[in-house]
Amino acid sequence: MKKRRKALPSPAEWSFELIDEYHREIARVARDFGLDTYPNQIELITSEQMMDAYASAGMPVNYHHWSFGKHFLSTEKGYKRGQMGLAYEIVINSNPCIAYLMEENTMMMQALVIAHAAYGHNSFFKGNYLFRTWTNADAIIDYLIFARNYIAQCEEHHGEEEVELLLDSCHALMNVGVDRYKRPPRLSLEKETLRQREREEYLQSQVNQLWRTLPAPGQKPQEASEARFPPEPEENLLYFFEKNAPLLEPWQREIVRIVRKIAQYFFPQRQTQIMNEGWACFWHYTLLNQLYEEGLLSDSFMIEFLHSHTNVVLQPAYNESWYNGINPYALGFAMWQDIRRICTEPSDEDRRWFPDFAGSNWRETFDFAMRNFKDESFIAQFLSPKLMRDFKLFAVLDDDHKAKLKISAIHDEAGYRRIREILSDQYNIGSREPNIQVWNVDLRGDRSLTLRHNEYRRRPLAGATDEVLRHIARLWGFTIRLEAQQEEGRVEILRELRNEKRRTSR
Amino acid sequence: MVQIIDRRFDSKNKSAVNRQRFFRRFKQQIRKAVADAIDGRSIRDTENGESVSIPAKDLKEPQFGLDRSGEWETVFAGNDQFAAGDEVERPLGGAGSGSGKGKASTDGQSEDDFVFQLSREEFLDAFFDDLALPNLVKTQLAAIPEYRSQRAGFTADGTPANINIVRSLRGAIGRRLAVGSPYSVRLREAEAELEDLLLRVGEDDPRARKLREEIASLRAKIESIPFIDKLDLRYNNRVRMPKPSTAAVMFCVMDVSGSMDEEKKATAKRFFMLLYLFLLRNYAKIEIVFIRHHTIAKEVTEEDFFHSRESGGTVVSSALELMQDIVRARFANGMWNIYGAQASDGDNWENDSPHCRELLSENILPFVQHFAYIEITPGEPQNLWREYEKLRGGHANFAMQRIEGLPDIYPVFRELFKKTIL
Repeated sequence: MKKRRKALPSPAEWSFELIDEYHREIARVARDFGLDTYPNQIELITSEQMMDAYASAGMPVNYHHWSFGKHFLSTEKGYKRGQMGLAYEIVINSNPCIAYLMEENTMMMQALVIAHAAYGHNSFFKGNYLFRTWTNADAIIDYLIFARNYIAQCEEHHGEEEVELLLDSCHALMNVGVDRYKRPPRLSLEKETLRQREREEYLQSQVNQLWRTLPAPGQKPQEASEARFPPEPEENLLYFFEKNAPLLEPWQREIVRIVRKIAQYFFPQRQTQIMNEGWACFWHYTLLNQLYEEGLLSDSFMIEFLHSHTNVVLQPAYNESWYNGINPYALGFAMWQDIRRICTEPSDEDRRWFPDFAGSNWRETFDFAMRNFKDESFIAQFLSPKLMRDFKLFAVLDDDHKAKLKISAIHDEAGYRRIREILSDQYNIGSREPNIQVWNVDLRGDRSLTLRHNEYRRRPLAGATDEVLRHIARLWGFTIRLEAQQEEGRVEILRELRNEKRRTSR
Repeated sequence: MVQIIDRRFDSKNKSAVNRQRFFRRFKQQIRKAVADAIDGRSIRDTENGESVSIPAKDLKEPQFGLDRSGEWETVFAGNDQFAAGDEVERPLGGAGSGSGKGKASTDGQSEDDFVFQLSREEFLDAFFDDLALPNLVKTQLAAIPEYRSQRAGFTADGTPANINIVRSLRGAIGRRLAVGSPYSVRLREAEAELEDLLLRVGEDDPRARKLREEIASLRAKIESIPFIDKLDLRYNNRVRMPKPSTAAVMFCVMDVSGSMDEEKKATAKRFFMLLYLFLLRNYAKIEIVFIRHHTIAKEVTEEDFFHSRESGGTVVSSALELMQDIVRARFANGMWNIYGAQASDGDNWENDSPHCRELLSENILPFVQHFAYIEITPGEPQNLWREYEKLRGGHANFAMQRIEGLPDIYPVFRELFKKTIL
């Protein structure tokens, strides 16, 4: 063990000098562990600014929209009445990585947040393949500035109300406005601005091409055996409308694109909650413990730290009143701890279950796991029987055709694989959210658009569907049809929304 | 490698624009909430904001989502009793805990109202919006009353910044004089004696030496009196005075006979409220007297004034007589600016109207600053209107107008007060 050094002071009140000092030590230890991060930018903010950040989805700049005002009002109300606390930090996936610290935090909390956000989340953002593929940390802030300015310009030209209606419709499609498989091109401010005009013209000409094939009056209608358009079903609805909606003006297409880009930017976060939060918790725990071993942290600091740490990673049992599903912090933290255990002190069971990494170098295995997985595959790959026993996991089948719930598997030899499978599926966006795709456009006829919902385990669409369809009708401008395809292949029409909007001349 | 930035003093209200957008979008609901709030509020209660609630379904942001029916297989933590294949009653774990909440909420079915707080300015904005006030007037009315900091002599304690030097030093001189005066008197005597002695005898006389010693000790005593003492310090005293400082009394007279329905009362209430705000601009203290009447008049609380309902005929003069009595009994000392506002649907017992006119012109108008009569009726003017019309022109402080609905209130209000006196 290293020579014990003098402990850093840990007063309740933080100061800039102390934050700097703590950060230096945390950075040193993180480097020793080989964490690769973007440069850090730590910003101290007030609780009010934290609420501002909440309201605009954590982004430092964003365009204006009433829904952000609504979120602000409800956060403000909750906070002022003491019903909810604010998060201790927000961290932005950008380069440099921006971490907000609240001024109300104690010195201990600030150190915890630096380790958690500036080294945990930051290294995850930089390493994980989803973030590397879908987001471009160098350009996001620039892109948001471009988006805000562009939308403000549109408001000036076309009126706030019109822009707002369009944004409402786009927001309604954010969850179905992402590419799940295709790789997006990179974003950059200069390119965006430069190309934006070109794109306007190009896009419009594409759309015109598409509709030029409309039959001249008097001509015979074509046979029904036409090729479908789009030839392959399109899962990204916003992308489809941006490129193909017949009545949108160029500026409207650009706004659809902006919302789509932002939705895409947040998409990886929705798929890596367990991994990402677990990773950050693991590292704040490991880094601060390392500092404590070196004698840099006082006992009182550690006790305060462990107190908040255990609160965060607590997993209540299903029958306790504050049970709210699986706590991603708890599961994530436990899984990473467990992987380290499997690497350093594997049991026979671990060797049987994880022959490829039991007993390996834990840092290398960590790096591999962090870079190449998302929640779904991470659980399928790394959830160990020991952890299932520790958490006492069990799976329940809720089938509305049956009178009773059925326990389908528990944490025993017969159930491990089944539980792992079910839990993994629970974090699969494809089964958690409806799978809706653009199926066909009636190019030669009434231009109606057919969407298809591929049902999974008889889970129907929920109540807001009609409203979302009205938003889609606003973007498309013609009749919208929604079909559902059951798993056995039967297709039925769920809704039809007739719409005979004509382009308004301006 | 790291940058630590202090953003705490950066712009605060980043969300202000979004907040305004929100208000604009839900203007209808907010207006309605404000209108409801006004019905429940006291006329005087214009100082507070209001919490407004909007049904959640109006402002949800719809997304595609899945319903909880169909087949769901969910993993839970903390198994304490189950084995694979067990069958259990819904819901799992008894009441309360329910099943994985995340999914249930995606359908957006929770119908709790969305409640938020309007500030006073926002509340008044919405209130005036309803009345179609021109913007200029709005800012004047909504302005928070200014206070004037006024001198109020001196005090013995305060902050160092407020020390009044002249006063303090003057006190110090006085104290030094008073404390030192016995010594000074003796000093002057001793000096005179010494001079006298020196002329008569020589320098070395023991008496002279003794006198010199006495003089030196007296001087020391005088000098040891502190130049300035805490006792001497005086501070400028300032008090905050609200600018308007005269008192006014406002008489609200309203007909509550059967023909005045709730809608008409609500219109009248807004008129009274507006008048109150208007007076508030000029007077710090405003008394309000509520008189309601049908065939007999009664002074009542605000609650009764707006909310209890009577039926029967109408004798307007009873209210005017009561007002006259109250003025004589309580507000006749010349300290009060008296304002009257009468709201009615114009229906009156035929023979009473001429009497009302007389009462008004002989006994009331001479004593009041202003008297306004509004007739809230969609139809033809009624008999009271025709009688009152005879008063127009004769009295500069009398005004009358007819109101049909809410949007009419402000124009009428302006008409009523345009050439008056405040």
